Amino acid sequence: MDSLTLLLILDSTVRLAIPLLLACLAGLYSERAGIFDIGLEGKMLAAAFMSGAVAFTSGSAWLGLLAGIGASVMLSLVHGVASITFRGNQLISGVAINFLAAGLTVVVAQSWFGQGGRTPQLTGDARFEPITLPFADAISAQPGIGPIYQELLSGHTSIVYIALLLVPVTWVLMYRTRFGLRLRAVGENPASVDTAGISVVRLRYMAVVIAGVLCGLAGAYLATALQAGFVKDMSAGRGFIALAALIFAKWRPWHALFACLLFGFLQAMALRPDVIESTIGISVNGQLLDALPYILTVVILAGFVGKAIPPRAGGEPYVKER
Amino acid sequence: MNELPKWAEVVLVPLMSLLLAAVLSGLVILAIGESPLGAFQLMVQGALGSTYGWGYTLYYATNFIFTGLAVAVAFHARLFNIGGEGQAILGGLGVAFVCLYIPWPHWSLAIVGATIGAALFGAAWAFLPALLQAKRGSHIVITTIMFNFMAAALLNYLLIGLLKPAGSMDTATAKFPPATHLPSFQDMFSTADNIMFRGAPANVSFFVAIMACIAVWILLWHTRLGYEIRAFGHAESAAKYAGISPTKIIMISMMISGALAGMMAINNVMGEAERLILGSVEGAGFIGIAVALMGRNHPIGIFIAAILFGFLYQGGAELALWTAIPRELIVVIQALVILFTGALDNMVRMPLKKLFRLFRRTEPAGV
Repeated sequence: MDSLTLLLILDSTVRLAIPLLLACLAGLYSERAGIFDIGLEGKMLAAAFMSGAVAFTSGSAWLGLLAGIGASVMLSLVHGVASITFRGNQLISGVAINFLAAGLTVVVAQSWFGQGGRTPQLTGDARFEPITLPFADAISAQPGIGPIYQELLSGHTSIVYIALLLVPVTWVLMYRTRFGLRLRAVGENPASVDTAGISVVRLRYMAVVIAGVLCGLAGAYLATALQAGFVKDMSAGRGFIALAALIFAKWRPWHALFACLLFGFLQAMALRPDVIESTIGISVNGQLLDALPYILTVVILAGFVGKAIPPRAGGEPYVKER
Repeated sequence: MNELPKWAEVVLVPLMSLLLAAVLSGLVILAIGESPLGAFQLMVQGALGSTYGWGYTLYYATNFIFTGLAVAVAFHARLFNIGGEGQAILGGLGVAFVCLYIPWPHWSLAIVGATIGAALFGAAWAFLPALLQAKRGSHIVITTIMFNFMAAALLNYLLIGLLKPAGSMDTATAKFPPATHLPSFQDMFSTADNIMFRGAPANVSFFVAIMACIAVWILLWHTRLGYEIRAFGHAESAAKYAGISPTKIIMISMMISGALAGMMAINNVMGEAERLILGSVEGAGFIGIAVALMGRNHPIGIFIAAILFGFLYQGGAELALWTAIPRELIVVIQALVILFTGALDNMVRMPLKKLFRLFRRTEPAGV
């Protein structure tokens, strides 16, 4: 494999890892606060549709992004009401949200655009355009660093840079601020947070809404940056891969970045079977590559590569002492 | 504590949830510019208005009875098996092997063999998640989700390679031999001059599903194992103290659950398609969640809920045929049912509890 092919594959690794990363961070906030969220997939899908639809009608990708975030946060609030206010089962609520999004996006898309459950193709300003980083063209001729800078680091859409920036932001927020400390505490031992006079309900709602915003970014990225418009079921299990990445990363932000890059790399390789064959000499089955993130997660869960221990109060509704 | 009376718990709460889901679905239909009442009429007409419609309704219901029972058995042990979809895919594989590679003389023997094959394959697919839950504490929900994706990838792999007959373009196995053809309702109930259920896929496995309901009822409420499963589900530590092994209960209840989900394949693979096709489970594994929640994890409730969802499925198909409402509307209804009967259960229950408390307080005064 020559260096250009490698660069192209790494480039598409980044592209494919970004929605995973955003959804994974969303899950991180929610689960660190003790709210299991298997509805990442549905929120992403709803955001993809709304951002695609609004970007098409308004012609602005940024308005689309806002609408996508709005749709995702709405679903987050449903999850919040069910699992925080009414102390329902968080897993069942997540399942319901996934189906709600899968059904509603198609029903509404058909009603609005009549194209069989998709939005029309987005063009021009309705999509996020790649940003060329400073000097990218100037130093592209430099051997070594030049192509890496130009191909791999430069030329992505703004959401990519936002997502990458969110990793250190999340780390600082989680481990270096009072909010982060409380958020982590509420996922481990909500009673102690309650005793300290801080509202468990409020903190958990905040976490759930942050998760909604991040899933909104992920969905908007799918419909208005990675592809040009919404198509039915376009999240294609990414929410679950993100969940897998979250476990793989053991609920830590930097590890989440690497887990998502790894899974993004697997997805990128699955798109280029020819490269795999020429590199290692044997043809690796595409289905195996598709299934690999899930298999890896099960292996991690089995505890063969260190134990993944979720936040202790995860999935448990908090009941104030009576 | 003011608990609801049993009849309210069993009948009123699910009905309220259903009503809420129906009202919201009606609003969705209204919002996309169609008439909810007209849509409902069309669904009733299409799904229940003819033996043909019933044939489809009961065909779908058969799938949902199996997957609903699967979810319910696991629920009783407080395990949430989201893996019904994957287990049903594997069940299909079991049925395909049994039908393709064993020369059956008659369908009545073939269905026994296929049921066993489907159950074994389904149970096998639940084995690892169960083991990881029991021994490693890995969350069963996450592992079964992962196993769903793996099952889809595995079937995809087999159907574009090993199991595809040479020269075929479809991602499907060869057609099963004629001796494995299950009698459809049309074969069974038609008379010479009055053909019933014409062309509808409902078949003899509907009765296997009913038998499965009875078997699950006996298992859960009339055997020692069933008692242990329920005890474990209600109070894990008390069950442990009473000498019930958590590992045993988790393993057995998950494998029964997987077997039931797998058994769905005698209906959709053996009864309808008569070959294994990619994607033939069509989300029935997930609908099992809605069916189990709606049916309050009881076989009778599950039977009724499965017929209801069979009606929704067939009615939804008719809607998509005659109106601009796409089939995905059923997915919305399904989501709302799961939301209200499962996650927002307390929201439905609270006003009812208040209402009953009100009645209880006024009653003695009146007497």
